[in-house]
Amino acid sequence: MKKNLVTSILYTLITTVILGILYPVLVTGLARFWPEKATGQLMVHNGVVIGSRIIAQPFTRPEYFHPRPSVAGPNGYAADNSSGSNLGPTSKILVDRVRKDVERLRRERSDRLVPVDLVTTSGSGLDPDITPAAAEFQAARVARARGISQDVVLKLVREHTRGRQFGFLGEARVNVVELNLALDTQDLLGDSGKRASSASR
Amino acid sequence: MTLNGWLQILVYCAVMLLLTKPMGVFMAKVFSRERTWLDPVMRPIEKTLYKLTCVDEHREMRWTEYSIATLLFSAVSMLGLYLLERTQQWLPLNPQKFPAIPQDLAFNTAASFTSNTNWQFYSGEQVMSYLTQMAGLAFHNFVSAAAGMALAVAFIRGIARREKETIGNFWVDMTRAIFWVLLPLSLVAALVLVSQGVIQNFRPYDTARLIQPQLVQRVGQDGKPVFDASGKQVMDTITEQTIAQGPIASQEAIKELGTNGGGFLNSNSSHPFENPTPFSNFVEMVLIFLIPAGLTFTLGRMTGSQKHGWAVFAAMAVLFLVGITTTYWAEARGNPLLKGADETHTALQPGGNMEGKEVRFGIADSALFATITTDASCGAVNGMHDSYTPLGGMVLLVNIMLGEVVFGGVGAGLYGILIFVVLSVFIAGLMVGRTPEYLGKKIESYDVKMAMLYILIFPLMILLLAAASSLLPQGLATLNNHGPHGLSEILYAFTSATGNNGSAFAGLGANRWYNLAMAFAMLAGRFLMIVPMLAVAGNLARKKVVPPSPGTFPVTTPLFTALLVSVIIIVGALTFFPVLSLGPILEHLFMNSGRTF
Repeated sequence: MKKNLVTSILYTLITTVILGILYPVLVTGLARFWPEKATGQLMVHNGVVIGSRIIAQPFTRPEYFHPRPSVAGPNGYAADNSSGSNLGPTSKILVDRVRKDVERLRRERSDRLVPVDLVTTSGSGLDPDITPAAAEFQAARVARARGISQDVVLKLVREHTRGRQFGFLGEARVNVVELNLALDTQDLLGDSGKRASSASR
Repeated sequence: MTLNGWLQILVYCAVMLLLTKPMGVFMAKVFSRERTWLDPVMRPIEKTLYKLTCVDEHREMRWTEYSIATLLFSAVSMLGLYLLERTQQWLPLNPQKFPAIPQDLAFNTAASFTSNTNWQFYSGEQVMSYLTQMAGLAFHNFVSAAAGMALAVAFIRGIARREKETIGNFWVDMTRAIFWVLLPLSLVAALVLVSQGVIQNFRPYDTARLIQPQLVQRVGQDGKPVFDASGKQVMDTITEQTIAQGPIASQEAIKELGTNGGGFLNSNSSHPFENPTPFSNFVEMVLIFLIPAGLTFTLGRMTGSQKHGWAVFAAMAVLFLVGITTTYWAEARGNPLLKGADETHTALQPGGNMEGKEVRFGIADSALFATITTDASCGAVNGMHDSYTPLGGMVLLVNIMLGEVVFGGVGAGLYGILIFVVLSVFIAGLMVGRTPEYLGKKIESYDVKMAMLYILIFPLMILLLAAASSLLPQGLATLNNHGPHGLSEILYAFTSATGNNGSAFAGLGANRWYNLAMAFAMLAGRFLMIVPMLAVAGNLARKKVVPPSPGTFPVTTPLFTALLVSVIIIVGALTFFPVLSLGPILEHLFMNSGRTF
């Protein structure tokens, strides 16, 4: 009994150093082979960090594609407070929230149902992606707001659609942050003047 | 359900089937102290560790000493974690300057990680320092998994040995589990995960300037929107996003491999920094089942009946396939209450019930991950189980209620199903009217009593504590959902805690009652069950082997597999069906009739 107690204490101390300190430090050292990925794929613009490639940001203006709704943090999209809604399927709060969002989106486009991912929160609240269906649904609004043709927008969406990994894993998706950045760049090349008016909201 | 979804499930099954034998052979060698290719590196470390911790590697233990060593080590390391949580504000590697964890939450978390549960009443990125995550939580991910493997191997020895008093040395089994299996595999897996985008650094959190500033309503202390003098809503502009960082990949790897499941970040493996791509998701799913599946082969190898190992594997596989089929079907079907949302599967979207799920995983990968994590006692989640459809969520709940014997936790899954095996041969013996035998050992009243004790502690804890919570005001205060789903939330919490799973219907909030009641359930679900299990092992090891006779019920046939599956289902169903009908089943009927709560 006493001997096992002594061993317990010593064993805890020594293995804490090996497994709790040395192992993560070693992995951190080796992770330098992937410097960008190990630090969260941050995007830097003129020396300022403007976000992570794989973390959703709030976009609400009509000239941008919108991400999925988020309940991470009090205002959503808090990348230091990830969370899902945890609302059950028969929750009144959930059903009302979805109904309101559906009504708003169908005013934008009444010819079809709203892709489900656009009105449901993700598990993390930071899902950077939407489905190709959700991107296509928003293309008309984005084109209108930017005063460019819908075909140009759809072409950009297709270019930014990532297929299944290795052809079969996961689902096809469009990264909203990357797509919006590409739209802004496209605008600068094409008809930048029209953006100011639509960006007033 | 889609063809591609089934293809992914099929590929996953094939990969697991291929890995079971090599993993099982390797572990059998490791625990039988045979030479392996890792010996040149690990053997010197092992010898030094024994010298420093006063362990005699050649001395074996009776089942009583084995239990005492397990309990002492768990108690000491649990105290260590508690102290670390309470003092993190003074310790290094705390770039966000997090204060000490409050007492009852620190106790709950210490119980949670020591018992291999990893239930989380805290939000990792909001309260835990990097040091607490690494040296406290991830450390326990290693040792609680190693302890589980040690216990499983001790049980296998109990079956395999003849007329012996001892079942191995706890310290040696632990050490070999850590340095031959968990550490090398975690190292490789962590790097694979980094290559996919799981982060690994010690940076303070980054601040990003949002591409489009966010306009939000100002909310007062009372939680209601604030209005100015003219009656207009006051708006605030948010221009920045704080991005959490940390040494995640190293913890992610052992979190899955050790079937621990406690996420570095609050939203666990649904967070893009913990699980960025479909491939990282696939790797994490393989890691969860790797050791539990391998151990069935180790069982066959060490008991000299490889067919018995495969028969046990088959029983697990059957229950797994039923589970994934049901969950996938229920989630792909979607939620009929979400009117106007397109939940159909088309070329451009997977459709289905997407609340709480990530687009990159869609329905198939989410359902698969959820089934695996609740079959094993892992509890990592890549989507929010609380938002699953009633039937989809019920499968997850039932997976845990069956005792997490469908591959199950690292070690715990194997000794859990072996208790059911003892019960199955006992029932078979009753049917043919002979003393039951298991691999040549007579199963007698002491063994069956201990096995029943093991089986009964589990529902007793779950049902009593869940019933108490649904009557106490403290138990109802922190529910996130009402109606039958509220009951499911409470039920899931105590099932997950007692089963040492750790996944949650996470809407349930923490308060003092839940912190303490759940900690009690987690400790009881682990340590109260280990003792009768080891008692069976010790008693089996002492027995003589009798040669098989025509009346012996063979434990290597499909008939045995079918009997084992039936026993597991009957025990689970008889115990839990009444409460399931008040929770998920009732909710399913309400959902289809359009009722909300």
